[in-house]
Amino acid sequence: MPAMASSRATDTFPRLLFYHAQVRGEKTAMREKDLGIWQAWTWREVAEHVRALACGLAEMGFQRGDNLAIIGDNRPRLYMMMAAVQCLGGVPVPLYQDAVAHEMLFVLQDAGIRFALVEDQEQVDKLLEIKDQLPALAHLVYDDPRGMRHYNQPFLHDIAELMAMGRIHNQNHPGLLDAEVARGGADDIGVMLYTSGTTGKPKGVCLTHNAFISAARGGVEFDRLTADEDILSYLPMAWVGDHLFSFAQAMVTGFTINCPESGETVMNDLREIGPTYYFAPPRVFENLLTQVMIRMEDASALKQAIFHFFMRVARRSGADILDGKSVPLTQRLLYLLGNVFVYGPLKNVLGLSRVRVAYTAGAAIGPDLFRFYRSIGINLKQLYGQTETCAYVCLQPDGQIKFDSVGKPAPGVEVKIADNGEILVKGPMLLKGYYKRPDATAESINADGYFMTGDAGFFDDDGHLKIIDRAKDVGKLAGGAMYAPNYIENKLKFFQYVKEAVVFGANREMVCAFINIDLGAVGNWAERRGIAYSGYADLAARQEVYQLIQECVEQVNTELVAEGMLADSQIHRFLILHKELDPDDGELTRTRKVRRGFVAEKYAVLIDALYAGRTTQYIVIQVKFEDGRSGKVAADLQIRDAKHFPLLGQTV
Amino acid sequence: MSGRKIGDVILDLQNISLRFGGVKALTNISFDVREHEVRAIIGPNGAGKSSMLNVINGVYHPQEGRINFHGEERRRMESHMAARQGIARTFQNIALFKGMTVLDNIMTGRLTKMKANFLEQAIRFGRAGREELAHRRKVEEVIDFLEIQHIRKTPVGRLPYGLQKRVELARALAAEPTMLLLDEPMAGMNVEEKQDMCRFILDVNDQFGTTIVLIEHDMGVVMDISDRVVVLDYGKKIGDGTPDVVRNNPEVIAAYLGVAH
Repeated sequence: MPAMASSRATDTFPRLLFYHAQVRGEKTAMREKDLGIWQAWTWREVAEHVRALACGLAEMGFQRGDNLAIIGDNRPRLYMMMAAVQCLGGVPVPLYQDAVAHEMLFVLQDAGIRFALVEDQEQVDKLLEIKDQLPALAHLVYDDPRGMRHYNQPFLHDIAELMAMGRIHNQNHPGLLDAEVARGGADDIGVMLYTSGTTGKPKGVCLTHNAFISAARGGVEFDRLTADEDILSYLPMAWVGDHLFSFAQAMVTGFTINCPESGETVMNDLREIGPTYYFAPPRVFENLLTQVMIRMEDASALKQAIFHFFMRVARRSGADILDGKSVPLTQRLLYLLGNVFVYGPLKNVLGLSRVRVAYTAGAAIGPDLFRFYRSIGINLKQLYGQTETCAYVCLQPDGQIKFDSVGKPAPGVEVKIADNGEILVKGPMLLKGYYKRPDATAESINADGYFMTGDAGFFDDDGHLKIIDRAKDVGKLAGGAMYAPNYIENKLKFFQYVKEAVVFGANREMVCAFINIDLGAVGNWAERRGIAYSGYADLAARQEVYQLIQECVEQVNTELVAEGMLADSQIHRFLILHKELDPDDGELTRTRKVRRGFVAEKYAVLIDALYAGRTTQYIVIQVKFEDGRSGKVAADLQIRDAKHFPLLGQTV
Repeated sequence: MSGRKIGDVILDLQNISLRFGGVKALTNISFDVREHEVRAIIGPNGAGKSSMLNVINGVYHPQEGRINFHGEERRRMESHMAARQGIARTFQNIALFKGMTVLDNIMTGRLTKMKANFLEQAIRFGRAGREELAHRRKVEEVIDFLEIQHIRKTPVGRLPYGLQKRVELARALAAEPTMLLLDEPMAGMNVEEKQDMCRFILDVNDQFGTTIVLIEHDMGVVMDISDRVVVLDYGKKIGDGTPDVVRNNPEVIAAYLGVAH
């Protein structure tokens, strides 16, 4: 499919939408699994619905430049509303649907939200809870009417009601919507995404139509995506990646997005759709593999033998075959056989049979995990980007996949490394600014127009970018040696048994770590060894589990000592937390990044115990249960030393 | 609870007595159930609650007494008549087909609404095919209502107990009943599961106006969601009224906590 010229006809999202309605009106644009079957909307139908929504908003007094909040799981009508808002020159502001009411309060107030579209009763209830602190909120529209029978507030509207109103408005004001669409410019703000903020308050990142369209087009051309792709839209709509894949790229190419039935059915729906283009954060790929391995351990001896034999074949030559490198004929034949017996059926079970390109990002991915997927023929690649860059900075080119780097600068993007090691980025996909925060905007874009990512990194000999850590987290140990906590934590998390890790060491004499075990992987490990346990906290306190984790920590230490300049960052002491770190308790952001400062404060007594050489420590902490109640959880945690190794030729 | 008006009496039980040989399961029980209400039957173990439910939907036939349902008086209820007249129930120990999927189990609840006969259905002839579609849609709506989409193709035997109970409820709902008899729907559930089940029961009562008769041991649940309560003890009725009235009845207290010696 030839690259689309950036003409005026298709330089904003509304204009792209109406372009597709004309050029491929009967092609499926969106699907949603509802009542057990996949319901579909064509581009023509989507355009009609968007028109109805936009006119409905106009009827209710929506003005050019207004912000509209969108809160819910991935639903076609929520995506349609984003386009509808853009038609009128407004800005959609998606929020994380699993945030609690007071977390949403800040964003809703900051963005001056007058209009909101939410998915269902649960979200409506959250907004009603804080309504009196939102004097600006005038209209609350909901998509799913279930449970809404007794709500009679005048500012609540069913989306069907809104669309009916809109159709009448459209009849009474013909041409009005088209005029509004024509008024829109490529440099207008197309969407506002709030950064999750590991420190400080979230900021609204304003991204123009042009920014996202450039980023989308760049990725589309890089991977040769066409209108025939099918993707699964299951990641939060508030996350920049989902906006890039499910909205921007879909609008740019005309491919189909598929919304799963519910959070629990995602894996099943993945199998049913068989996407051709897929994104998942590393932990999803890790979970998939862990489940496969657990089920393999239950299989018969013959099946296990076949599996392990062909996985060895794949490890030897799979990645090379995928990269198009030369491979001996016998290996190729064996691989072909492996495809029939193992890799094909495996990909089918995972739902990844039709995947031509798969991306992962957001956290580092373990090299073994990465190698596994590539070796069975899934073209898994890494990308690097932020909310402020439309998730578009570096992409790994086909055939040049390295496990420990994030690829080369994407088409149209300039990347350079500042003197202090910070990664700087420039290109059309940059944010226009932070909403009502000219100070923050000025701080993040330097005089030459480069955005300061806040990440530290360097280019390797092949021009691939390697990320070390968040620039401000990179510090020094007391002795002056470099200390990069994320880097160490990633190495720990590469083990399937470790779900989360937090290391401490800035300005200290040695590095110590908190570990969260992965319940699925460690639970399975324990069961196979006949170790009984009564729950997460109990399992996390077992001696055998401590031994298992100790081996992981010591393995990481051997890797660190081999990397020369990080030898002093070896982990000397560690403990296993009795409860998982959780966004609901404020310990992680909604995108599951550790809030370092908060965790250090909350668990200060444990950090002191680690550095004081204690072997156990009692701790009581506040937690939030899933029904909203707070409680305290107490435990006596064991602290262990880990073996660390001297650099060759030195004594510790 | 709002928007729901409790109507007239639709079920009236008069002087019901049930015996199994020498064992008197129920002795001279009389109470009524109003339309759209949530009526709880409580009592210590062995009080005759399940037997009472079985009498209502025709599984047991009382030796004495009369049942007046929707104005029609009868000496006994036949179970297939009860089903056709809109009474659906769930069982204490789960009576689902363990080898069939959730979807198929719920489909069996549509039996009373199926017009095509056995042969037509077996070969999907004519109206059987069209009916299947309509029934499937209704079943999917029930699945959506009870939030069990993720297990629709799972064989019931593989599900945890709490979910099996939900599937039983789904099957009962698929019959579009006017009256729902629930036998200990929350037994064996943890707090979260109980909250979910309460929510569903209240939603059914509120959204579809279904009259609910439920047997339950969890006093908190009973007091919270019932409109009226009947208390049985050793097969006799010892209390009948709103939760508050029943809670303060000294005979009821004695039955549960025992008498001072």
